[in-house]
Amino acid sequence: MASHSNGDKYSVLLPTYNERENLPLIVWLLVKYFGESGYEYEIIVIDDGSPDGTLEVAEQLQKIYGEDKILLRPRAKKLGLGTAYIHGIKHARGNYVFIMDADLSHHPKFIPEFIKKQREGGYDLVSGTRYRGDGGVYGWDLRRKLISRGANYVTQVLLRPGASDLTGSFRLYKKEVLESLVERCVSRGYVFQMEMIVRARQLNYTIGEVPISFVDRVYGESKLGGNEIVSFLKGLLTLFATT
Amino acid sequence: MTKLLEWVFGVSVIGAAWALVTFDLLNLRLPVAYKEVAWPMPVYLLVVFGCYSLATVGYRVATFNDCEEASKELQDQIKEAKEDLRKKGLKM
Repeated sequence: MASHSNGDKYSVLLPTYNERENLPLIVWLLVKYFGESGYEYEIIVIDDGSPDGTLEVAEQLQKIYGEDKILLRPRAKKLGLGTAYIHGIKHARGNYVFIMDADLSHHPKFIPEFIKKQREGGYDLVSGTRYRGDGGVYGWDLRRKLISRGANYVTQVLLRPGASDLTGSFRLYKKEVLESLVERCVSRGYVFQMEMIVRARQLNYTIGEVPISFVDRVYGESKLGGNEIVSFLKGLLTLFATT
Repeated sequence: MTKLLEWVFGVSVIGAAWALVTFDLLNLRLPVAYKEVAWPMPVYLLVVFGCYSLATVGYRVATFNDCEEASKELQDQIKEAKEDLRKKGLKM
């Protein structure tokens, strides 16, 4: 397939914690879809001291695919997502950065669509959405869907953010945009991803969207409980009052 | 201006307009019909907004795409990936 890199290079940030099983699979898929598309890429694994040996598996992958394709930036223990991104992009050689989950809920097959969308509009960031077009989710029951749509609706009414999916974490950023946003964001968890979009709007960055499918294989084990809903609402109200 | 301030501002403006008409604060001596319509407006609008919200969220939940093929495709690719990685020397 013809290479249409334009001199662009894409760094994929993969923060991991106990992803020994999934890491080889996500890397295999990334290598497959980037390889087929001809875009220049590198994968940066940021492991937070996983006790299950994720880093050891990452080292094996590095031997298989090469140190120029798989970069390791481990940390001693589980720290926040924001700092993981900061740590990850420090030595990133791409001018664009993908962020995504390493647990296979995000599928690399959408990567060429993200890139195409970004080039179409010259967007500063492209956000994967589960709520528009043929975006969607697999593995959610009615309760989970209701909470998701309900929370998203409240967020839309209060923040009017100009993006349909704020808690999504499958995104493509221009590297300097990611750097400038991560510095300014103080929230944690779901709210961190929301804050990134809200701050992007404040700074007048342009946002494009790509429908994605989200395959949740973890939901059965980690139900969305009252605590998480409460902290989400707290975070949302903080953003409402301060941005 | 924060979103909170925008809301406070918007609600104040609408609230002032409503109070003006309902309680005739400027002694404009508007027709009684205006006051009768204006008086229940806040409650009425809240109810309308509540119904709209329920309908919107309900619709979005009902039409939330279930990605069956995405899951199946992923399962197949996982098998393929495991095979290929095994061949390349990965020890799981």
